[in-house]
Amino acid sequence: MATDASYGNALAGGAQTAPSRTALQIVHEWVTTVDHKKIGLMYIVSALLFLVVAGIEALLMRIQLAVPNNTAVSPEAFNRLFTMHGTTMVFFVGMPILFGFGNYLIPLMIGARDMAFPRLNAFSFWCTFFGGILLYLSYVAGSGLAGAGTAPDVGWWAYAPLTAAPFSPGHSTDYWTLSVLLSGISSIGSAINIVATVVSMRCPGMKLTRMPLLVWLYTVMSMLVFVTVSPLTAAQIMLMFDRYLGSHFFDTQAGGSAVLWMHFFWIFGHPEVYVLILPAFAFANEIIPVFSRKAIFGYPAMVAASVGIGFVSLSVWAHHMFTVGMSAGSNTFFVLATMAVGVPTGIKIFNWLATIWGGRIQFTTAMLFSIGFLFQFLVAGLTGIMLASAPFDWQLGNSYFVVAHFHYVLVGAILFMLFAAFYYWYPKMTGRMMSEKIGKWHFWLFLIGFHITFDLMHIPGILGMPRRIYTYEADRGWMIWNLIISGGAAIQAIATIVFVYNLVWSFFKGKVAGPDPWDAWTLEWAAASPPPPYNFPQTPVVESRRPLWDIKHPEDADAYYE
Amino acid sequence: MLVLLIDSANLPQVIHGPTSIFSPAGTPAHSIFSLSMLVLAVTFCVFLIVASLLTYAIIRFREGRYKGEAEEPPQIYGSNQIELSWTVIPILIVVMLFLASARVIFTTQDATKPASSLDVVVVGHQFWWEYRYPKYGIVTANELHVPVSDSKNPEPTFLTLTSADTDHSFWVPRLAGKTDLIPNRVNSMWIDPPDAGIYLGQCAQYCGVQHAKMLIRVYADTPSQFEQWIKDQQKPAVQDASKQEGREVFEHNACISCHTIQGTVATGTFGPNLTHLASRDTIASGSVPLNAKNLREFIDNPAHFKPGVLMPSMHLSNHDLDAVTAYLMSLK
Repeated sequence: MATDASYGNALAGGAQTAPSRTALQIVHEWVTTVDHKKIGLMYIVSALLFLVVAGIEALLMRIQLAVPNNTAVSPEAFNRLFTMHGTTMVFFVGMPILFGFGNYLIPLMIGARDMAFPRLNAFSFWCTFFGGILLYLSYVAGSGLAGAGTAPDVGWWAYAPLTAAPFSPGHSTDYWTLSVLLSGISSIGSAINIVATVVSMRCPGMKLTRMPLLVWLYTVMSMLVFVTVSPLTAAQIMLMFDRYLGSHFFDTQAGGSAVLWMHFFWIFGHPEVYVLILPAFAFANEIIPVFSRKAIFGYPAMVAASVGIGFVSLSVWAHHMFTVGMSAGSNTFFVLATMAVGVPTGIKIFNWLATIWGGRIQFTTAMLFSIGFLFQFLVAGLTGIMLASAPFDWQLGNSYFVVAHFHYVLVGAILFMLFAAFYYWYPKMTGRMMSEKIGKWHFWLFLIGFHITFDLMHIPGILGMPRRIYTYEADRGWMIWNLIISGGAAIQAIATIVFVYNLVWSFFKGKVAGPDPWDAWTLEWAAASPPPPYNFPQTPVVESRRPLWDIKHPEDADAYYE
Repeated sequence: MLVLLIDSANLPQVIHGPTSIFSPAGTPAHSIFSLSMLVLAVTFCVFLIVASLLTYAIIRFREGRYKGEAEEPPQIYGSNQIELSWTVIPILIVVMLFLASARVIFTTQDATKPASSLDVVVVGHQFWWEYRYPKYGIVTANELHVPVSDSKNPEPTFLTLTSADTDHSFWVPRLAGKTDLIPNRVNSMWIDPPDAGIYLGQCAQYCGVQHAKMLIRVYADTPSQFEQWIKDQQKPAVQDASKQEGREVFEHNACISCHTIQGTVATGTFGPNLTHLASRDTIASGSVPLNAKNLREFIDNPAHFKPGVLMPSMHLSNHDLDAVTAYLMSLK
């Protein structure tokens, strides 16, 4: 049996009265902090700011595409918009916000006082934050202010040779390269930190087989970051060499290879999707059981499936390259590898279903977003199977069908689980509950907007509309779909405003949460809300995967079954 | 395999269109279409089953049904048999879809090239298409003419694809899947339109500012039409004495450093070959119909129709503009 005293202390050690400080002192404290919780929050807040910026970029694109031959946005500006939208969302929203939640939660969930390398942690955050600032500096400084600034316009994959000096004069591509390089350094630093923390900082009794699934998934994700961000970083440096030091890696006019860049980029770029989705799975693994009031179904299978996804995802990158003229044999291999990912992914969906089965589902906002995630991730997986079939991809690749597919993953699955994570852990982070009433408005509005936009977006792809075009012909039959899609985007924007309002309102007016508002089972709920510096007054000792369940149900403790 | 019998004509009208992948014409597009119907049917069944189970579970096990029960539900940690079954079934589905895909990959990519086939070299440029017919000594732009091909007289067109600058992708959805044009690399694909007519498409790989207006028009000609077209294109440029003034404007400006007009001093290759410009239906890579008004506008200010176009404005006087437009319109 776990020692009640240690939890008791933590549960009791709640409100602290802070002495009043000047604004400068507060800023100084945040800027110099190495506390994993403060760094986690800074990651999350900075990612939210970039989310709003990149969201506005998406809205501008949807305004331009609402009708054919529109002139709301110039071609040059449009090309910058989709480049900045993609780069920002992946490198300065997705990665940081997920690392932010990981930073905040992992030490708490494994009963540790901080991350293994607190200063590396702060360094990683500031790298990615200034990386994002550097990227946006390009708008005012790209080719010098005389050119009124030029943001990168090479797409977020920055295919060679469009990035070569003759096709991309000025410095816009350099801003892209350097800021992505910074983001890469930051990600590798965070990944090292997470793995080191998980290996060396677990509290007594927290065997690997008892770690919360969230921690497992973040470990797999961090391993993937090592293997995949490194080639991207290498490629960025090679690109800089090409542009400034006269090398010819990707310079096709001097015998370089455009396809080489594609390999470098996608051996990062595809596992990157799993780097982003594994934390979303991680949130689902914590939230769905709590609001179904049941233990996760098939914990070992979930761990195995996650590790399996990690490995298989390293051998699927060239499914982004089915149209570049690989041999039939290579194409066939990548079809098989890609479809194989469907198996462990399927196991996860079935295990979540089995977790819900026989439970008592509580429809909190966090659970609603999780349920939305389950359905939408199912659809995203199935359209993924369609795209994995190389001949089908010869038609659908680079069309709006692909845009719809990966937004189903990034918005329908990842962003939905992020929203769920906000509603679920906000009480832990701030000590106050988010408003469930506003939350339900947020959920339903976002759900409607999401489906109007991204369900219908598959259709123009089928009708032959390629991505990254700033306008389109009127006679193709694409207009009606694009018009409705743009309307859906507006609804999503309104829902996002509701969400931000809820974040702010709840911070001041939300109900006081207490340490364990959801009657949950993992260690973070044993600490006060928000947890004090160094989290636990006494190091907890655990004897099962759900230490708080054991305390609450001594007659039916997990420890007996594992 | 009932789904393989589904004909595209049976599909709802709304997903047909001039560039719909569900309105296939020709062998490659048809075999992709049949495969896609199989994949769609399988994935739709999977969706129906899993989504129904999820929906059922969410309704059946909602908390509201258990009001008043303070107890937590029974905790179940897993079941090896059940987990094994939902591992094996997806594996079987994956193997089936993989084999079906592999078949289409090999039959399309490694198709044997019949002796009767036509060879065309396609070169992607920012932001237009160059078509070369090596056997006939023809070079043209933006409008690809190919013969129709049917099972009795198979005459497929094999395209050899490369690029002069950045990456592009040749995509005419009704005829075949897309294949990229990559500088310093040679790709290939083939099409065999069964019916005469125009098939539309556009560049499907982002290639720079004007990617959006890099349109493709494929003209499938009957054998006699195609023969006639070849003959016309092989002729040298029309020499019309009444258009001499326009010709001089053309030849005394930088036009000749980028454009070729067979039989004149204009031998540039950076821009489209204009020898038979007036035989085309469109200009500016298919973005506007060819007529004197549009052509004059295009010469005066190329960026008017295609912002980001690499052709500069020559700042010609109105008089010279009229003359050179008349000359180019005479190049049938």
